[in-house]
Amino acid sequence: MNLLEPFSFAFFRNGLVVATLAGALCGLVGVFVTLRGMSYIGHGLSHAIFGGAAASAVLSFNFYLGAGLWGLASALAIGRITRRRIIGADAAIGVVTTASFALGLALLNRFGQARRSLDAALFGSILGVSGTDVAIVAGVTLLGVVVVVAGYRPLLFTTFDPEVAEASGVRTARVDAVLMALLAVTILATMKVLGVVLIAATLVIPPVVARMLTNRFARMLWVAAAVGAACGFVGMHASYHLDISSGAAIVLVGAVVFGTVFGLTGRGGRSRAAGPARTAPGRELAGRGP
Amino acid sequence: MSDEPLLVLDGVTCGYAGETVVVDATIEVGPATFTGVVGPSGSGKTTLLRAMLGTVPVRAGQVWRRPNLRMSYVPQTETVSWNFPVTVAETVLMARTRGRRLPWPSAAERTEAAELLDRLGIAELAARSIRELSGGQQQRVFLARALLARPQLILLDEPTAGVDVGTRHEVLHLLGGLHAEGLAIVLTTHDLNGMAAHLPRIVCLRGAVIADGSPRDVLTPEVLERTYGAPLEVLEHGGMLVVVDRYSRGGPLAARPRSHPRRQGARVPLRGGPGAESPGTA
Repeated sequence: MNLLEPFSFAFFRNGLVVATLAGALCGLVGVFVTLRGMSYIGHGLSHAIFGGAAASAVLSFNFYLGAGLWGLASALAIGRITRRRIIGADAAIGVVTTASFALGLALLNRFGQARRSLDAALFGSILGVSGTDVAIVAGVTLLGVVVVVAGYRPLLFTTFDPEVAEASGVRTARVDAVLMALLAVTILATMKVLGVVLIAATLVIPPVVARMLTNRFARMLWVAAAVGAACGFVGMHASYHLDISSGAAIVLVGAVVFGTVFGLTGRGGRSRAAGPARTAPGRELAGRGP
Repeated sequence: MSDEPLLVLDGVTCGYAGETVVVDATIEVGPATFTGVVGPSGSGKTTLLRAMLGTVPVRAGQVWRRPNLRMSYVPQTETVSWNFPVTVAETVLMARTRGRRLPWPSAAERTEAAELLDRLGIAELAARSIRELSGGQQQRVFLARALLARPQLILLDEPTAGVDVGTRHEVLHLLGGLHAEGLAIVLTTHDLNGMAAHLPRIVCLRGAVIADGSPRDVLTPEVLERTYGAPLEVLEHGGMLVVVDRYSRGGPLAARPRSHPRRQGARVPLRGGPGAESPGTA
């Protein structure tokens, strides 16, 4: 096996850069997703964006603009539902996102072209990654870093204790909206390589691995980003050499890393990783019961 | 120090989507006062604190706060995940979220947080993960975070819920010391005998304010029955008021064997049960 062989292809070089950056970005954003107990939102949002992507394809509309607007609307709607608890948040997310996903499937079934494009959208592909895609993922990664660094304190406070953060004058609704928007943009930018179905894993596995390795929030952020980047890099090589979809390869590499760290860190690491737990209920408590 | 109140709830009615929790509550909080809000579960104690903070919509009446009032809030410890990856010092420094943009704390912030932790007797825990703390230590960390904001008024929601007697004494002693230094305190509690009876002022709440005054004025069988919906008696022991439950005829002990030492009508100090629906133990 010649490890350098794929570098002779432009599509692979583009895909490798995108996968590495996407892994880092998803790891970084995923820290907030997992600590807030929002893993299901990340999963659902990727499905919701798929509806927008399919509609954009059918209408020959710009992919990023159409899917982005659709995803942003879904993200804000989910955030609003989660805060107001009109109905159970999980149920609301399930309805909004799966309906969007189903709409995307229906549109592609009815008006779409080859089955291959559907598989690529669902499970990720490196074939369609262009220079523009590389620039977009790089831009979104930079945006994610800027948001996390500039908003570190309010993001941390709102994630840990939203009720007291709000009482202390932090605009928690705005922080939540920014985070949801960043999540939506992250999913949108990385969807081509990671795929709709598997993207949620890249939001969850690196942060959970990082949590097993550290008790410090700041350290967890960069460790998760590093683990995500490494999974993306190695996963792309695996994808090429094993001839499997890039999303599947990246997630499988992540799963191996998770299993290894899980085994090596012992009970202490595992119990640390056990716990987004009460963050979400804590959020629900904010501004609720007597 | 000005005698002007720090905060006034004037006929406040508030609650959540479609549900009114507190009705027509009028309470004044003065400088350096120490007030306990008591009442059964669901009586609106936490909502009352949120009305003071301004985090719950007020439907009627108004909340007046002294201009530039600095207020801090200490929630129940169970509202957060103590498995969160932060240290004690990082948790305390969350109080400084507004203002400085940089993620890392300044030297002045670190020094101030360290001094505060030292004052609360947990300086050695500064670098420790919060998941390693006991219940009493968790309470102190939250208190330190609240104090780092240099408040004039601090609101605490059930600061002694779920802690043992020794920790309860520690917390009460700590709060007494802060009050003596001029800090105004409002806390909610289920614990009538261990907590509320030691405070200079008690507000009894059951959706509406039932009574407001000193323990001697408020801790009466009539007021307590209206507040808790159960017959209670008040005894005096060594100059202290002790609230005890009085099981009525046909009550839970009526079905017990005659040989049981607690006969019908006996006065039995209340125990803070799992639901903590009733006032706390003597």
